[in-house]
Amino acid sequence: MNLLLILLSVVLVNNFVLSRFLGICPFLGVSKKVETAVGMSIAVTFVMALASVFSWLVQEFVLVPLKIEFMQTIAFILVIAALVQFVEMVIKKTSPTLYQALGVYLPLITTNCAVLGVAILNIQNNFNLIETLVNGIGGGLSFTLAIVLFAGVRERLETAPIPKALEGFPIAMIAASLFAIAFLGFTGLGQ
Amino acid sequence: MSLFKDFSNGLIKENPVLRLVLGTCPTLAVTTAVFNGIGMGLAATAVLIGSNLIISLIKKLVPNEVRIPIYVVVIASFVTVVQMLIKAYAPDLDKSLGIFIPLIVVNCIILARAESFAAKNPPMNSIMDGIGMGLGFTLALVIISAFREVLGAGTFFGMQLFGAGFKPALIMILPPGGFLIFGLTIAAVNKLTARKKA
Repeated sequence: MNLLLILLSVVLVNNFVLSRFLGICPFLGVSKKVETAVGMSIAVTFVMALASVFSWLVQEFVLVPLKIEFMQTIAFILVIAALVQFVEMVIKKTSPTLYQALGVYLPLITTNCAVLGVAILNIQNNFNLIETLVNGIGGGLSFTLAIVLFAGVRERLETAPIPKALEGFPIAMIAASLFAIAFLGFTGLGQ
Repeated sequence: MSLFKDFSNGLIKENPVLRLVLGTCPTLAVTTAVFNGIGMGLAATAVLIGSNLIISLIKKLVPNEVRIPIYVVVIASFVTVVQMLIKAYAPDLDKSLGIFIPLIVVNCIILARAESFAAKNPPMNSIMDGIGMGLGFTLALVIISAFREVLGAGTFFGMQLFGAGFKPALIMILPPGGFLIFGLTIAAVNKLTARKKA
């Protein structure tokens, strides 16, 4: 029940992109087409789940015993960078088709602040390993939900008549604002 | 003279937020109040100056293939220092910025300047570039947060601006207002620069 609550909260109520503002760069960068948005979000979800677990293990078995919790930021970013590199190598070896689909997105994930964000939030919320995993997957799903829906809207925006100054980035932000209003409707759900 | 040019470049002409559209996550997240905007801007400026200086100093020692991880470690070290200083001397700011202080590490502005400026230029120029870009970031944060705070809370820098009859538009300090004001600010900048060119 508790796990379901975590999942619900991270996907709908505190959506990573639309209410926590994590991962805005890829949200705006790769949401021009539904297809690429789906590819990116699969890669992000995968890395987020892994990063959550590994950063939790590093915190619990390395940083806390050695009393160097202040090294958290450095340690986590290294874990994520190594993880992304590793995932890239594994996918390249095992599934060339998947690699071709995800290839370009993988290096970008290192600097996706949602990944580092979820790792830090897990520790701040004192989650155990299972809760951490659920939160990681949920974070990925919340990113997926936001970016795929948003890509659908942006495909339409391409052909809409828009004032010159609003073209491109500004109109995307305004569309995102309307999205965020819709997601405000979930506030209070699951409490 | 060229030092000054490196400094002023980041302020307006290549403002990281308003022109290059980098660092959008912290821009949206911390601009609910001017105080937070300034705090975030200055924290990022401190990190930028430090990381630009160190990266410019070590640029000849770093092998090309592993430069990004090395840059990230340099940046993360400075972020940790800044994080500890804020915790010690400005606990209020620490509370309101929260998770976005450690997330300065993945702020694209900092890595972008390391890669595109500090790795190619001498230390003094890199420091000036760091100051300029950092202040440009701060300036953008202050502009956006001023709109959001005045409209959404009826205050500026915590001071009450209007009489008791004023009903603030709460939505402006909620996430949707952030997207909206940021979008409109960029649109205004586009409009102004388009006119200048014409």
